[in-house]
Amino acid sequence: MTTPWIRPATLDEALAVREEHADWRVLAGGTDLMVDAGRRPAPAGVIDLFGLPGLVGVEPMRDGSLRIGAATTYSMLLASDDVRRHLPLLAAVAREVGAWQIQARGTLGGNVGTCSPVGDTLPALLALDAEVELVSRKGVRLVAFDDFCTGYRTTDLRPGELIAALRFGRRALFASEGARHAWRKVGTRRAQSVSKVMLAAVAVLDDERRITCARLGLGAVRERPVRARAAEDLLVGERADAALAQRASEALTHDIAPIDDVRSTAAYRRDVAARLVRRFVLSLA
Amino acid sequence: MSVPTHSPADVAVGRSPPRVDGAAKVSGRALYVDDLPCEDAWHGATVRSSVPHGRLRGVHLDRAFDWSDVTVVTAADIRGCNVVSLIEGDQPALVPVGGTIRHVAEPVALVAASTRARAFAAAAAVRLEVDELPAALDLDAALRADALVHGDDNVMKTLRIAKGDEVERALAGCDLVIEGVYETGAQEQMYIEPQGMLAHWDEHGACHVTGSMQCPYYVHSAMKVLFGLDDAHAIVTQAVTGGGFGGKEEYPSMLALHAALLARAAGRPVKIVYDREEDVAATTKRHPSRVRHRLGLMRDGTFVAADVDLVLDGGAYVTLTPVVLSRAVLHAAGPYRLPHVRVVGRALATNTPPHGAFRGFGAPQAIFATERQVDRAARALGVDPWELRRKNALRAGDTTSTGQVLEHSVGSLAVLDALRRVAPSPRPDHEGSSSPAWPPPRDELPDVRLGSPVRRGRGIAFCMHGAGFTGSGEQRLAGRASVATRPDGGFEVRSSSTDIGQGAFTTFAQIAADALGVDGARVSVLEPTTDRVPDSGPTVASRTCMVVGKVVEDAATALRAHLLAWGRAHGLSGADLGEIARAHVRDVGEAERTVTYAPPPGIAWDDESYTGSAYPVYGWAACLVDVAVDDDTHEVTIERCVHAVDVGHAIHPVMVQGQIEGGTLQALGWALLEAVKYGGGRVLNPRMTDCIIPTSADAPKMETLLVESPYPFGPHGAKGVGEIPMDGPAAAAANALADALGIEPACVPMLPETIAAARAAREGAT
Ligand SMILES: Cc1cc2nc3c(=O)[nH]c(=O)nc-3n(C[C@H](O)[C@H](O)[C@H](O)COP(=O)(O)OP(=O)(O)OC[C@H]3O[C@@H](n4cnc5c(N)ncnc54)[C@H](O)[C@@H]3O)c2cc1C
Repeated sequence: MTTPWIRPATLDEALAVREEHADWRVLAGGTDLMVDAGRRPAPAGVIDLFGLPGLVGVEPMRDGSLRIGAATTYSMLLASDDVRRHLPLLAAVAREVGAWQIQARGTLGGNVGTCSPVGDTLPALLALDAEVELVSRKGVRLVAFDDFCTGYRTTDLRPGELIAALRFGRRALFASEGARHAWRKVGTRRAQSVSKVMLAAVAVLDDERRITCARLGLGAVRERPVRARAAEDLLVGERADAALAQRASEALTHDIAPIDDVRSTAAYRRDVAARLVRRFVLSLA
Repeated sequence: MSVPTHSPADVAVGRSPPRVDGAAKVSGRALYVDDLPCEDAWHGATVRSSVPHGRLRGVHLDRAFDWSDVTVVTAADIRGCNVVSLIEGDQPALVPVGGTIRHVAEPVALVAASTRARAFAAAAAVRLEVDELPAALDLDAALRADALVHGDDNVMKTLRIAKGDEVERALAGCDLVIEGVYETGAQEQMYIEPQGMLAHWDEHGACHVTGSMQCPYYVHSAMKVLFGLDDAHAIVTQAVTGGGFGGKEEYPSMLALHAALLARAAGRPVKIVYDREEDVAATTKRHPSRVRHRLGLMRDGTFVAADVDLVLDGGAYVTLTPVVLSRAVLHAAGPYRLPHVRVVGRALATNTPPHGAFRGFGAPQAIFATERQVDRAARALGVDPWELRRKNALRAGDTTSTGQVLEHSVGSLAVLDALRRVAPSPRPDHEGSSSPAWPPPRDELPDVRLGSPVRRGRGIAFCMHGAGFTGSGEQRLAGRASVATRPDGGFEVRSSSTDIGQGAFTTFAQIAADALGVDGARVSVLEPTTDRVPDSGPTVASRTCMVVGKVVEDAATALRAHLLAWGRAHGLSGADLGEIARAHVRDVGEAERTVTYAPPPGIAWDDESYTGSAYPVYGWAACLVDVAVDDDTHEVTIERCVHAVDVGHAIHPVMVQGQIEGGTLQALGWALLEAVKYGGGRVLNPRMTDCIIPTSADAPKMETLLVESPYPFGPHGAKGVGEIPMDGPAAAAANALADALGIEPACVPMLPETIAAARAAREGAT
C-alpha cells in the first residue's frame, strides 16, 4: 500500500533511480505536488530531492555565470549575497512567493518543474536569459528556459533527466552599471497569493541613456510565461520617454493572450500588463 | 490601544485573564472532532447532486464496485420525518427518489466505510439518475421566476416597516433625494476547522453526536424530529470548535443527521468530516443582496425620509433566511433620526446552496447601502461626512424606524466623537502620491519593486447593531443557565452557549467568579452537552455575553446566597465560599442554581406591524478607513483603520478588542477581497487558494477604541459586540474609494477588477 519513497544521498544515485523508474515522481519541496495529493492516485514511487547536496546552493562559476541548484529554496535565495548582488530581480521574486513556510520549503527547480503560467520566478528567468541545466546518466544538457517551457505546465524534461540547476550566464551584463531591474507581482492579496499579472523586467542603458538591451518577462497573461518580444524590440536603440512607453505597452498585444478565470479577468490582466510595462519604460527616462 | 483597567485586582471582570481554552489550543492538546479517539468509527461521505435543479429518478450503485464493506443510506432508510428541522420543514436530510433536487450540493445518499479513502471511492460509485429542470440561479432569475423554487413567485418572505407619513409624499417635500442601487455578494465564513460530526447509538437507543457546532440545542431538535427521539435519547455535545461566524449555526444539524443515519445503518460509530472543498461548496454563506435606497434630506443636512427596497438571495431552502431578512430590514434605516421610513424586504429562493447565518446576519448588507447613501449626500451638500452623520445621529430619547424609544446605553455620539478625537481631519493622514511599499523594504535587499503612484482617500461609516434576538425572540427562547458547586470546592457554569473561539467560556468564568466572590481560577465551564446543560439558546446574535452572561451572573449570585445561608445554618459563618461548597457537596450533595432570562422592563414588540422594541439594546460603532489605491493595478492598501465601538462594558478588554479587530478584518475582506464565484449554481472557487480571505499581511494596523455606555440589564453593563464590527468597514472602505477616485462604488466586493472598470467608466464619461 505505501508508496516507495527514496531519498538519494548523491546526484548519481538520484539519476540511477530516475532512469530505472521512469514513472516515479520527482519531488523537491513538495509545495506543488502535495497540494491535491490526496485527490490523485498515489504515484508509483517518489524520488525525494529535497536537500540533496549536489542540487542545493548558489555558486559563482569560473565563466562568470551564476549557478543556482534546482533544490535551492526561496529562503536560501534570499540569504545569498550572490543572488542579492547579481540577481536582485530573483531576490525580489523570492521574497513574495507564498509566505515564510513556502519560502522555506519551495524550490526554484520545483517552480521550473511545474512551469505554471503563474510560477513567480519564471518571468524573471525569462528576463534574465536563464538556462536550465538538465542532467541524466547520459550527461548534461543546457536549454534556454524560454525553450524548456513548452506550453501550459509542460516542459522539455526528458525521461531519465533531472533539473540540476538554473544558470545565469549574462549576470555580468545584467548586473552592470547601466542595468535596471524591476519586479512587480500583482496577486490576489499580499501573501499566499496566486499571481494575476507579473512583470519582471531588465533593461541596460548606455551612457547616453539609450536602451541597449531589454527583457520583459510576463506571467499569468497567457498559457505560459512569456517574453514580450515585440515590445522589447521596439525599445532597443531608443531613449525612454512617454511616447516610447506608450508604444511599448501597446505592442504587448502581440505576445500576450490573457483569459478570464476565477482569479481575474482578461481585460484587467491586459490593462495592468500594459500599465506596468509603461511604468517600467517611464522609469528608464 | 490602551486597555482600560476598571477593576480592583481581586475581581475578574474588566481585567484580561488568560483564556480558559488558550493553553490547550496553542499546545495542540485541544481535541477537535476529527481528533476524538474513536478507533472503531467508520468514515462517512456524502453523495451530492450535480445539477442545480431536477427530479431525482433513481439512485444506483455501480455494479463494478465491491459494496460488501460499505454502508449505504438513502432517503428510503429514513423511518421518521425526512427533514432538517429549523424554521420551516422544507429541507430534506436526503432527497428521496421522486423528490426535487434544488441545488448542486444537495445531499442525496450517504456512504460509510472503514477508511476515508474507501468511503470517497464508494461515494463516487453511486450514480444518480436525474431529470434536469430549468434553474433560477440568481436574484434576477428568481424575480423573473425562470424556475419556481419556492411557492408561486419564489418569494420566501416579505417584511415591511413603515414609520411616519407616506414615504413618496415625504420624499417629495425634500430638497434633495439621493438614490442608489447597491449589491453585495456571498461570503464564506472560512472558519479554520471545516465541519465535522461523530455519531453513535448506544444500547438504550440513544444517539450521541459530538461535533463542531454553535448551537447544540438546534442539533438536538433536528435529531428529535428526524429520528422521533425524546429529549433524553438525543445527546448532543459540542467538541472544541474552530470558529463558526454563523456558518455552524444551522448546518451542523444536517451533518449530525447524516452521521447518525450512517451510524444506525452501520451499527457502529460514524464520523463525517468535510474537507475544505466540500465545506465551501455545500455549507451556508452570507446572503447576496440588492438594495435600492432613496434618502431624502433638506439643504441644511436634516434627514427626512428613507425608502429602502431590499432583496436577499436565500438559496434553495428557507433555513434561517426569514430571520436574516428581519435583521436586514431592521437595520436598513441606519442609526439616524428619520421621521419617515419605508422598508420593504424580500427574501427570494434560488437554485443555489442555502445562504445562512454569517456574523452581522443581514445587517452588513443593509448598512453598506445606507452608509454609501449618507456619504453621497454629504458630497452632494459639500459637507463633512462626519458632521452630517453626527447631525442626524439617533440620541437617547429618539425613536428608531420601528418606533422604539432609545432609553439607555446610547453610545452614538460617543463613538463618533471618539473617532474624531483620534482622526480630526476629513482627509487621509498620508498625503503625497508615493506608493505604499509592499513588501516593506528590507535593508539587505536591493529595492527593485516597480512602484506606481497612488491616490488616497478617507471614508467613515456609522452604525448601530441590535444585540440579542430580534423582537420577542429572547422572551420566546427564555434562555437558561446554571451555576453549581464542584466537590473540590470549585464552581461550574453550565450552559449550552458554545465557545467557538470568541472566548465565551472565559467571560462566563469571569462573570461567575465575581458574582460568587471567588477567584476566577476556581470556576470552570462545563463542555456543552444537552443532557447536562440547560438550553441557553443558540450562540448567535451577539447575545452570549450579554444575555446568557447575565443569566450566569444571576445564577451565581443565587448560588452564593444559598451557600452563605446554608453555611450560616451549619456553623460555617464567615467561611470561604469554596469551603462551604465543599461541605455542601459532602453533606447534602451538589448545590445548583438555574436562572431563566427575564427581559428588561418595557420591552414590547409587535410582529404584525413590525413596531416596538426590535432589540433590547443596540451597540454603536464608527469606523474610519484610509485607502491608497494603486494607479496601475487598482490594488487597495488600507493605510489606517480606526474602529470606535460602544460595548457597554468590556468584560475582558483584550478579547473584546480581538473580537473587534477580527470582525473588522472580516468586513474589510468582504469589502475588498472575498468573492465567492458561482457558475451553474456551483461554487467555482471552493478552495482557500482562490476563495481568499485576508492574511496578516493584508491586515492594517487597527486602532480600536472601546467606548462604554453601560447597559443596565447586561452583566456589569456589557452588551453585544460579536457582530457590530462586521457592519461598518465595508462602507467605510467604499467611501474612502469614492473619496480617493471620484467613483461611486456600489457593490461588494470591490476588487481591483471592479475598481478598474469603475475608473475606466468615469474617465470615459469625463
Ligand atoms: C500555500 C502556497 C503558496 C504558494 N505560493 C506561490 C507563489 O507565490 N508563487 C509561486 O510561484 N508558487 C507558489 N506556490 C507553488 C510552489 O510553492 C512553487 O511552485 C515552488 O517553487 C515549488 O517548488 P517545490 O520544490 O515545492 O516543488 P515540488 O512540489 O516538489 O515539485 C514541483 C514539480 O517540479 C518537479 N521537480 C521538482 N524538482 C525537480 C528537479 N530537480 N528535476 C525535475 N523535476 C523537478 C516535480 O516533479 C513536480 O512536477 C505556492 C504553493 C503553496 C502550497
